Amino acid sequence: MATLTYLQAISAGLRDELRADERVLVMGEDIGVFGGAFKVTDGFIDEFGPDRVMDTPLAESGIIGTAIGAAVVGMRPVCEMQFADFISCGFDQLVNVAGKMHYRQGLAVPITVRLPSGGGFSGGPFHSQNPEAWFMHSPGIKVVAPSTAEDAKGLLHAAVRDPNPVCFMEHKHLYRRIKGDVPEGIFETPMKARVARPGTDLVVIAYGAMVHTALEATEDIDGASIEVLDLRSLVPLDEEAILESVARCSKVIVVDEANQMCAAGAQVAALIAEKGFEDLDGPVVRVATPDVPIPFSPPLEQAVLPSVERVKEACRDLLAY
Amino acid sequence: MATHMAEPAAGETEATTENLTLEDQVWLLRAMLLMRGLEERAMTLYRQGKVPGSFYDGFGQEAVSAGAAFAMAPEDRLCILHRDLAAHIIRGVTPERILAQYMGRAAGITAGRDGNVHFGDRNLGCVGMVSMLPDMMLIATGMAMAFKLRGERRCALTWFGDGSTSRGDFHEAMNWAGVQKLPVVFVLENNQYAYSTPLDKQFAVDPVERAAAYGFAGVTVDGNDVEAMFEATRAARERAIGGGGPTLIEAVTMRMHGHAAHDDMKYVPKEQVEEWRKRDPVDRQEKRLGDLGVDIEALRADVKAEIDAAAETALSSPMPDPAGAVDGVFCEGEAEPLGDGVARWSGFSQKAVA
Repeated sequence: MATLTYLQAISAGLRDELRADERVLVMGEDIGVFGGAFKVTDGFIDEFGPDRVMDTPLAESGIIGTAIGAAVVGMRPVCEMQFADFISCGFDQLVNVAGKMHYRQGLAVPITVRLPSGGGFSGGPFHSQNPEAWFMHSPGIKVVAPSTAEDAKGLLHAAVRDPNPVCFMEHKHLYRRIKGDVPEGIFETPMKARVARPGTDLVVIAYGAMVHTALEATEDIDGASIEVLDLRSLVPLDEEAILESVARCSKVIVVDEANQMCAAGAQVAALIAEKGFEDLDGPVVRVATPDVPIPFSPPLEQAVLPSVERVKEACRDLLAY
Repeated sequence: MATHMAEPAAGETEATTENLTLEDQVWLLRAMLLMRGLEERAMTLYRQGKVPGSFYDGFGQEAVSAGAAFAMAPEDRLCILHRDLAAHIIRGVTPERILAQYMGRAAGITAGRDGNVHFGDRNLGCVGMVSMLPDMMLIATGMAMAFKLRGERRCALTWFGDGSTSRGDFHEAMNWAGVQKLPVVFVLENNQYAYSTPLDKQFAVDPVERAAAYGFAGVTVDGNDVEAMFEATRAARERAIGGGGPTLIEAVTMRMHGHAAHDDMKYVPKEQVEEWRKRDPVDRQEKRLGDLGVDIEALRADVKAEIDAAAETALSSPMPDPAGAVDGVFCEGEAEPLGDGVARWSGFSQKAVA
């Protein structure tokens, strides 16, 4: 067991996969000599060489498309988008080629796409997005979003070893802020939800960075017993765990850092309305970023991203309902 | 300008029988006859309401896919587009499966999940196209990248059209393949029209010149001469597996039918169609082989009998079970890579090896 930051855990996971399986290669912009914009692959090129730690042309469609090509002839590519936002330029390859391949032709596309996502540090409208819902809506693509160092490593292993395209949402604001004990060696974290803190009066459902916002917000709200459910995986979505939490707590808040419209939390809320209605003791409440581009200036950005205060307030209101 | 680019650049890649036996030459004709006959039969089935959706064919372009696919080894990998049916035939897809595919039957290559020529038999080394055509150039580039990383003497090939050259993925693939000097062959099927858009609205330079801009070889070939297509592709494959990098082959041809069955092609001047009819690739190969003493009528009768039998089998095969419509979105087991295809050229066949 070693104590690693969230970023170190991702690096360790990638390094372990490169060592364990010669079919694995990592590819992306500035990931080789420079070690990546966030230094996730720092030093990799020295150990694994420039073929397996590939500095690619600046072409996101090219990165996803060539990774698909390599995957269908037996490789296990792990692509890095320098920022999750740039996946818009590789969207077609991921959604139309990778996502539909197995259904149409029975041909598996084992690629992992790492998506450094999220805001909170003045990245502005093109370096702060949380695009996970785009891919939840596209059949054939799995989407995972770890919140802890241990899950970052375990879900990365699960993603790389999955026979399907997997979007690995790694939250930039957790990279160096979050630390934790991480088991040695390769272990796969199941793509299922985890109870981050058990409770009985209310459940806050979240994923990624918002799990930490939820935990901090609900540490002590007038002594109420508040559960925090960390989804960890959005596709597949752990319906059973969500409905169990709802049955236990009867009051639900769903938190997204993504823009509110059709976000992951909207799907969770719809699920609860459809299958957990009888267990509810109040409306399903959502806390999310309003439908605006993420602004640059700190007071503007803080005004839109879900804060500890907003989650606290939502909890107080719902507890009093 | 369009007229200029429509003319095959004579002399750049001549047809040669140096690398083809008579049996090979007959196989090339057979693949083209099967493609034409199957597409004609499918069009009839479409008019009878037995082919859902729309119907796309490659009438007049048969030489492009037949000649190029014939030069590929079993271990090579192909991304085949919608006017390239002969490539599927050469790789080993049987006529009854092709007709079942058009009709959305369970026995089709995609078992009804996708329509018309949107298929690739993964067991035969082929990736089925998506409708965003130049996307497949990046897939071929990625396959070639894997071959190079693993030090394998294999090559990837993809077809695409003149319209594809305007899309970003064309340029990303050309650049990527050039930068990494990959064993990939790009076959630009210049059939004069992207749907209704003529060449002079698609590009300002002859597209074959783009190869030099990305640092690799480009050749223009008479796309209506199946042996010229074979020879150009064979040379490109040699270059690829020898470490010489990619090749862009501009196959100049003509789409003799509309974009799809509904398209009356009124935007194409009649004289242009008539001019190209004289260069029909099937007629040309028949003439060539007839002069060599091949019994063309017997071959035609044989192909027709094969198609008749295939149609009968396909028509009697069941539609897919609706209960399976939501199955198979994800792979649940091991990811299995593409398998090897059939390679009929005597240069690859067991007979030639022995």
